[in-house]
Amino acid sequence: MRGTRLSARIALLALLALLALATPLVKHALETSMAAQMLLQLPLLIGVGVLLSRALPHGVLARIAPWNQLGITGLVMASVAIAFWMLPRMLDASVAEPLVCVAKYLSLPLLAGLPFAISWPRMGFIVRGVFLLELIATFFRLGRLYLISPQRLCNLYLLDDQQRLGQYMLAIGAVMLLGVAGKLLWGRFDTLAQCGAAANGAR
Amino acid sequence: MAILRTLLASLAVLLAGCGALGAASRGFQAFTTETARRIAVYRHPVDVPPVVLQTQSGASIDFSSLRGKWLLVDFIYTRCPSYCRAVGSEFAQLQDRLAGPIAQHKVELLSISIDPDRDTPSQLAAYLQRSRDRGRGWLAARPLGRDGLRELQRAFGITVIADAFGGYTHNAAVHLVDPRGRLVEIFDLGNPEPVWQAVEQRMLQ
Repeated sequence: MRGTRLSARIALLALLALLALATPLVKHALETSMAAQMLLQLPLLIGVGVLLSRALPHGVLARIAPWNQLGITGLVMASVAIAFWMLPRMLDASVAEPLVCVAKYLSLPLLAGLPFAISWPRMGFIVRGVFLLELIATFFRLGRLYLISPQRLCNLYLLDDQQRLGQYMLAIGAVMLLGVAGKLLWGRFDTLAQCGAAANGAR
Repeated sequence: MAILRTLLASLAVLLAGCGALGAASRGFQAFTTETARRIAVYRHPVDVPPVVLQTQSGASIDFSSLRGKWLLVDFIYTRCPSYCRAVGSEFAQLQDRLAGPIAQHKVELLSISIDPDRDTPSQLAAYLQRSRDRGRGWLAARPLGRDGLRELQRAFGITVIADAFGGYTHNAAVHLVDPRGRLVEIFDLGNPEPVWQAVEQRMLQ
């Protein structure tokens, strides 16, 4: 049973992390390149939401659960929110327009990280598999697009920056693919189901 | 029925998400800032602010004094190496192709500097010469005062960033301003044909 005091501490920690990411110095550093914004800022903001999920009271989780069987709803919510902030237009706007930036800093933790963290333990083997393969495919698709596009997709970033992001995404996609392949070859499938059950039981 | 509720909730989330994505991409048409800018301008022309410009001859003119003509506007900086040569030669082609309306004072070409500190009138004149200006209907000008450039950038939607070689990169394009002083259409660089076709068509209307 999770203590309310611990929950409050975790929530405070998440808030502090968000504020730290919002300080002009850090924010500027995370926006200097397209790669930093896509591969550091986005995941860090999602991470704040994941942290925040640890502070959710059990009552709330129990109430959400019937609306989120197998974690599907949360997965859909997180996917759409992340796709939205990956639009090249939004990469520009979140730097250039303060209001859009606020929306990004609030919605990525609350609509992507938080629902994803709540849902991941509920996902079965198939849902996780589909999610991981789609994630890897997205890294390959976008990586290739950024690598070969002769045009700048963001007005704020240079073409070679975009191409570097493409290379990074292809590399990350390859690493993830190897990881999944390794799991399929040498991993024990029943561990996934157990892991989900254990996570549910621990809550 | 947890599975039905989940289905319902997922659908609702998906619909809301598609709504947001659709709104942000102007109905799934504009995924980049540049496309969004072009669609927005085409649908809702933008008034160009009355900024004071200094031309290659050193004369100061107000943007509003150029009303009554169709203006083809691009943004340049004279130190720009190879790439901008292409832009300059494209404007020279347009100058040739639109020689008739230019002679009748119906069309004017205008290259605006995004580096007004360095682009003095003499630099601008040299730029025109390098770009094979025929000496008629093509102004190169710098906005006076920092605010002048910023106002123009905001109205036209130009984002300028520093590149690795001490120069600039910006969303380069050909901008069409109508005789009422409104930015009405934006064209790709590298293909002058649709530009002069659009100008001739709009002049007939």
